[in-house]
Amino acid sequence: MIPARFAYDRPASLEEALGLLGEANGSARPLAGGQSLLPVMKLRLARPERLVDVGGFDELRGVRWLDDGRLAIGALTTWAALLADPRVMAYGLLADAIPTIGDVQVRNRGTLGGSLAHADPASDIAAPMLALDAELVVRSAGGERTVAMRDLDAGPFVTTLAPGELITEVRLPGPRDGVGSAYVALPHPASGYPVAGVAAVVGGGLDAVAVTGVGEQPYRATAVEAALRAGVPIGEAVATIVDGQHVLTDPYADRAYRGAMAKVVAERAIAAARRRAG
Amino acid sequence: MTVRAGHASLRVEADARVEIRLTVNGSPEVVDVEPRRLLVDVLRDDLDLIGTKVGCDTSQCGTCTVHLDGRAVKSCTVLALQADGHEVATIEGLTAGRPAGPDLQPALHPMQAAFVEHHGLQCGFCTPGMIMTALDLVARVAEPSEADVRTAIHGNFCRCTGYQSIVASVIAGAEAMRAENDPAHGSAGPAASETPA
Repeated sequence: MIPARFAYDRPASLEEALGLLGEANGSARPLAGGQSLLPVMKLRLARPERLVDVGGFDELRGVRWLDDGRLAIGALTTWAALLADPRVMAYGLLADAIPTIGDVQVRNRGTLGGSLAHADPASDIAAPMLALDAELVVRSAGGERTVAMRDLDAGPFVTTLAPGELITEVRLPGPRDGVGSAYVALPHPASGYPVAGVAAVVGGGLDAVAVTGVGEQPYRATAVEAALRAGVPIGEAVATIVDGQHVLTDPYADRAYRGAMAKVVAERAIAAARRRAG
Repeated sequence: MTVRAGHASLRVEADARVEIRLTVNGSPEVVDVEPRRLLVDVLRDDLDLIGTKVGCDTSQCGTCTVHLDGRAVKSCTVLALQADGHEVATIEGLTAGRPAGPDLQPALHPMQAAFVEHHGLQCGFCTPGMIMTALDLVARVAEPSEADVRTAIHGNFCRCTGYQSIVASVIAGAEAMRAENDPAHGSAGPAASETPA
């Protein structure tokens, strides 16, 4: 399969790239690793007029500690690089989630920022990022702002980013005493995408539970979080995991099954996170 | 590609073509492409390297796997323009520099020989991708476990073997590569070479 025709830009600098994306006013898409965008272009589900290849910018790659103790991940950092980084793998839920993304070849090329911008409702990484309350640094020709992960997705494959904005960095809270986390998913056996996936961050006053693959976009299960805070046992607390959601359905996993599996993986994720919190 | 400071920016309109330069199996190549051209099509159609196959064409089956800058990628999901200035290795490159056998054909790479020895293929369509993925694994994990191999080939489909013989082949191939790189230990691989691939 061959994508529809598009123009291609490989700017020499990030500033030039931001200028091109801004000028295009939504008709151009940034190209990072291409592991989400190129497949939908080949299926002609996406037909951008222009691709702006940002994949070569080393300043958007790599992991570093910020002065305030948070961990910053460059948007172009590949899954393979994250898997090889002990600072990233120290987060229990990331060590659970990242090996389940795509396959070796996809992880060699696919990037964290590209995946977040793709906004797949069944993205594995969205749940851990939501549960961690990740902060995204977003740049455009006009400047820089930060966006809470919770405010990124606007629906299936749609984000709240304005045309011309590019995710450049993802910031995670640093290590915290008494906090444990886990991600548990039931993958579809053929596609590998989660039928239901739940990330939990608990302990140290935190009770964060995020769900992917279940609703029209990944979400925080706030009713479950409130129940956990109130001391409700896990098995009962997860009863509200799909409350308020329009649960996805397909020939392989209907609404009832998907909702039931969401409870199962939520229970397992929360229990595992509590064990790791010690 | 690392865009160096001062490196000229590149713009190609949708109906235009551009020359790209890439290194394939160690040889510099220049190919004229339109922006939507895929790397796998350049390899197969422009460079006649038909060892790399197209199976699903949707980034799932893995038979189009090649190495881009030393890492396994699915070449059906890489633009040719993304390989501009980069190094590509395909299945054809594995025998380069290996001494010819009595049949005047170059000796097989130890990983290829292991697939023959351990029945790691039946129809053979998935084999180029399996081997390129296996070599990506062995480059990082010289002595892979069965679990390592199964994780590594998660993105490579075989509809013939049931995978058991492929896993055995990769483990044996890795062992033969270790022996070849360190001939003092273990039995020698099928072909000792001065320039291991």
